[in-house]
Amino acid sequence: MIDINIIHETAGRLMAKAAIEIPDDYHAGLKKAASQEDGDLASFVLEAMLQNYEAAKEDRRAMCADTGVPRWYVKLGNEAHILGGAVALEDVLRRATAEATQNVPLRPNRVHPLWRTDHNNNCGINAPEIEYAFEPNSDWIDITTVHKGGLFGTDYRMLFPGDGIDGIKRFFIDSLVAFGKRGLACQPAIIGVGLGGSKDTTMLLGKRAACLRVVGDKNPDPKVAALEDELVKIGNSIGMGAMGFVGNSMVVDCHVEVGYCHTGGMPMSVHAFCLSSRRATARIHADGRVQERTDPKWFTPYMRRETVEWQMPPAPSKQSA
Amino acid sequence: MANATSALKTIRLSTNPSPTALRSLEIGNIVYLDGVVYTGREGVYTKVIEKGATIPLKLPSLSATNFHCSPAAAVNTDGSYNLRAVTATASFRFSKWLEKWFELSGAKLIIGKGGMSGKDYRNIFVPNGAIYLTTVGYGTGALLGRGVKNVLDAVWLDDLGIAQAMWVLEVQNFGPFIVDSDLDGNSLFERENKRISQGLDRVYEGTKSPILKRYGETDDRNDEVI
Ligand code: SF4
Repeated sequence: MIDINIIHETAGRLMAKAAIEIPDDYHAGLKKAASQEDGDLASFVLEAMLQNYEAAKEDRRAMCADTGVPRWYVKLGNEAHILGGAVALEDVLRRATAEATQNVPLRPNRVHPLWRTDHNNNCGINAPEIEYAFEPNSDWIDITTVHKGGLFGTDYRMLFPGDGIDGIKRFFIDSLVAFGKRGLACQPAIIGVGLGGSKDTTMLLGKRAACLRVVGDKNPDPKVAALEDELVKIGNSIGMGAMGFVGNSMVVDCHVEVGYCHTGGMPMSVHAFCLSSRRATARIHADGRVQERTDPKWFTPYMRRETVEWQMPPAPSKQSA
Repeated sequence: MANATSALKTIRLSTNPSPTALRSLEIGNIVYLDGVVYTGREGVYTKVIEKGATIPLKLPSLSATNFHCSPAAAVNTDGSYNLRAVTATASFRFSKWLEKWFELSGAKLIIGKGGMSGKDYRNIFVPNGAIYLTTVGYGTGALLGRGVKNVLDAVWLDDLGIAQAMWVLEVQNFGPFIVDSDLDGNSLFERENKRISQGLDRVYEGTKSPILKRYGETDDRNDEVI
């Protein structure tokens, strides 16, 4: 049985960690981009960003005052049990969000879309989002918080099989240029691309690809991985850098996730995570152990299963056939 | 502070800058501010310009610098403020209020994210002798937070909430910012857009326009979304 109080405390720590500490993988990616950037203005921006990460860590203050929209991803081991169940879990995730807003502090970004009501705690109707996935043969839960910048850098388009890979590249460039001008997307970023699924799935896949996979990670399908590499190259050859200044760094990494879609279509989404790629994860075990990390490890072989049957991998401790 | 090593010209500027100081600013210069800035975005503009509320501050003598932002701040139980990070929001959305705002506030510096259109600079900023400074990155919230020495006031906090209230901040070596517009209405972002657009045909080479069009879509690479 997983203690709900441990989840509550851990969630609070993750909120602060995501807001203050730039994840190592993205930090290294941005340093590399900075070392290769030759535009003078774009270089200045990247230097300032690198200093900003240090200042945030040293002073324990949020790296960006725009909180974005904090949300939660929960991965439940199939054998995990939470004291109080799913309702208790959602209760503490909402509480942790509100408490961190006051304590870090974070800017309370969440408002009613029409009445602009702000509870000053980043909670409200359907906020924060809490999404779930499952993992076989496990008795832990993983909780991940992502604070993604909210307004620009995301787009969706219904493409068709006849548009082909060229069409995918074109829409990719379109999105990067459109939101890269003036740096609206706060690039260079990890770009997530969702391909296929039904429309809502296309969006979910692309967002998760951007926010839940780390720099350097590759899609297990070698051809998709090759497309990821090619999209990185294309993005960095646009001639644009940070803030839309002349330069060569738009994309720190690109992750593509696919889902089976309607036979007549090829829907695509593009999502730019930003210069503040805020994510933090913890695994909470049944015995109360907590392990924090910055790699959400969201996309497992089980998540990407392709056929009806799921072949259970042998449990590590047991000798099963 | 973020005096990033760079060949770019760097300037310390008052938040009530003289016309001479403003005249000397060139697009692409780096600026750090000293004095007082106040935040103002859609909440403040709607309240003052559309609903006619009186600004309870002495503007522009207190400050001639309007920051399009809201801070990561919380109100402590004793009523004091815990303000740690500051980040701008995209300014192009506030274009329709600015002419009136200049008239009411006497602002000379507008700080924000992403600049405003060249048209706005020529039609609204130039006649008011004002200049636009953009924040950097734009995520330099912690660096800007370090430049805030004191919270002087949070006007309309109860009414507008933390994100939209008018925060009055005493600042020192507050930056970095980049000069986007000069007194003649030139725009750094537009200059960079033009340079980049010249190479875009090469980037697009080999791709074809999508089978299903979007209403209003064009192939003009000079287009912008703002
Ligand atoms: S997009 Fe990211 S870095 Fe940019 S202002 Fe928003 S949260 Fe900050």
